Amino acid sequence: MERFSPIFLISGVITFLLGFFLQGALPMITLKDMPIKTIAEVAQNPPAEFYQLAEDYPAEFSRYYGEPNPESFAKAIKLGKETYIAEACWHCHSQFVRPVSHENLRFGPVSSADEYTNEMNLPHLFGTRRVGPDLIRIGGKRSNDWHAAHFYSPRSVAPYSVMPTYPWFFDAQQRPNEKGLAMISYMQWLGSWVPREESETIYNVGSMPPHANPAEVQ
Amino acid sequence: MAGSGRPLVNIGLVRAHLTASAVFFCVLIVAGLLFALQLTGTYPFPGVELMSPGRVRMVHTNMAAYGFIANALIAGMLWAIPRLTRQPILNDILGWLIFWAWQAICAATVLGLLLGYAQAIEWGETPIFVDPLVMVGLVLLVINIATPILRSKEKGLYVTLWYFLSAFAWTGLVYFMGNYFPEFWVPGAAGAAITGLFIHDLVGLFVTPIGWGLMYFFVPILLRKPIWSHALSLIGFWGLAFFYPMQGVHHFLLSPIPMYAQYAAVVATIAIEVVVTTVIVNFFGTLHGRMDAVRNIMSIRWFYTGMVGYAITCLQCAFQVTLTFQAIIHFSDWVVGHAHLVMYGVFGFWIMGLFVELWPKVVGRPWYSTRLLTWHYWLSTLGLIVMFVDLLAAGVMQGFLWRDLHHWADSVIASMPFWWARTFSGLMITVGSGALFYNMWMTAKQPAAAAEPAVQPAVA
Repeated sequence: MERFSPIFLISGVITFLLGFFLQGALPMITLKDMPIKTIAEVAQNPPAEFYQLAEDYPAEFSRYYGEPNPESFAKAIKLGKETYIAEACWHCHSQFVRPVSHENLRFGPVSSADEYTNEMNLPHLFGTRRVGPDLIRIGGKRSNDWHAAHFYSPRSVAPYSVMPTYPWFFDAQQRPNEKGLAMISYMQWLGSWVPREESETIYNVGSMPPHANPAEVQ
Repeated sequence: MAGSGRPLVNIGLVRAHLTASAVFFCVLIVAGLLFALQLTGTYPFPGVELMSPGRVRMVHTNMAAYGFIANALIAGMLWAIPRLTRQPILNDILGWLIFWAWQAICAATVLGLLLGYAQAIEWGETPIFVDPLVMVGLVLLVINIATPILRSKEKGLYVTLWYFLSAFAWTGLVYFMGNYFPEFWVPGAAGAAITGLFIHDLVGLFVTPIGWGLMYFFVPILLRKPIWSHALSLIGFWGLAFFYPMQGVHHFLLSPIPMYAQYAAVVATIAIEVVVTTVIVNFFGTLHGRMDAVRNIMSIRWFYTGMVGYAITCLQCAFQVTLTFQAIIHFSDWVVGHAHLVMYGVFGFWIMGLFVELWPKVVGRPWYSTRLLTWHYWLSTLGLIVMFVDLLAAGVMQGFLWRDLHHWADSVIASMPFWWARTFSGLMITVGSGALFYNMWMTAKQPAAAAEPAVQPAVA
């Protein structure tokens, strides 16, 4: 056992394959019956906020995305996802709600695997750190204007935020450009598949002042 | 030597990899400090797209893994393997080709990340166009440095080579799995299981085995005595090989990944801590009777400090992997503190020991200043302790604030003093590392006349 081939093959290759089977292939097999939805399929029902976006920024919206419809929504959330990855948003924001720590009260319904079996989660964006809050239920919880102001200058709407500013999501007139509209669309898409009344959380009652007792606000 | 007239160890190649490792350490520490400043609200380049903090953060982690650690571990293997096998590496030109290819990979990664071509794979943010190059580089590296092991005429292979050989098989497989499956083929929760494996295996199946292999090589040489127990070496190695690859999902506990995979990961993680204990016991058994070495031999001091860090890390793992702990500490700064202890306080410290041990030998001159070496050690160690304790405390606090449904801003406001403390601990590490790199520079610049048979100086 102290020679080249047994070590390389048993300790190297076989243990790797065993681990891959237990921790990688088995979950894949368990979840294999869920069809992988394309981006066009998940974009079939754009949320109201997307139509609102076309009214909020009509010139910019028609220049980059034309009419608000499922096709333009698919285009917008795809670019939004790519921008989310390029800016590494997922290093400070997670995208799954756990069944512990009152996360359902804070963010919304606990996540399930079927929500993630689509091309928008290729690669998945679960994240491992929350400097800012989870985003998988953010859709519809804030207005388009709030998101635009927040991307331009987070502290303008969240005074204690440590999030960076993203001026390159905006044109010279400080109106969202193609990337900015895509990011707002992506934010409004996240969780839009959950019925609004099920997604009610403490955030729906409006912005609480820091140090407020959430029980009182509710 | 294989009678070819080639020197056994290609000193120039070792020196080049060590230098590259030091250069990328400077890059990663600047990136880390910059991101720390973002959290304290004092980022020096706000609104500059190419210096966006999110992108800079990825430079920090990727240069830690591929620039700093990978280069130094390659240097260590290029030094140790020919000595253990009495065979030189396959080809020196191939060695230089791999060296430059690897630096090109690191440079392309930094540029790619800053230009916005990152991949959303934790520890594998290297742009998609860099990944095939890494795969080719890894395969060539394995061919180049596994050949002497294959050609070795020794009757049994030494422990170090067991670890290296396994790492050779693991690294390429792990890199391919992590960078391709979740990116192109497996979405969502199943993809997250694969990413979890990748996060875990990159540390566990690439850095850890090569690091321990180097410890098994350097420690007995420096202490002038054999490893305490061969049986414990065997248990430690095969235990690591068996349990380490099957715990990836513990990075995504309480997530939508099937629950049985999560429980399996928890059990395997706790199991490996038992195995790890045997390795720790073996090394401290070896040190027994030679405690003076920790005071007198600087590289031994680094190595054993790293091992204490490893013991703490693994003890921490066994607890934090439970769902009870996860509910509070996951997503918080606790995890960041843990990561810094593993990547810097263990493997980074071993690499610092490697620098202390090998640099005088590869430049053929004694250390310029032993006082600077001591400053480097104490600033780095105290800096790391402050950072680790600070982030752990911050993490627990954040976890409870979140659970108790405080406004999110409360957790940010309360973290601010901790983030400042972390920034200053990072500055301590920066100054300490600066002392090392200045010392390396001055050592290399000394006139050749001062060159003595390179003996490591005693340190206070």
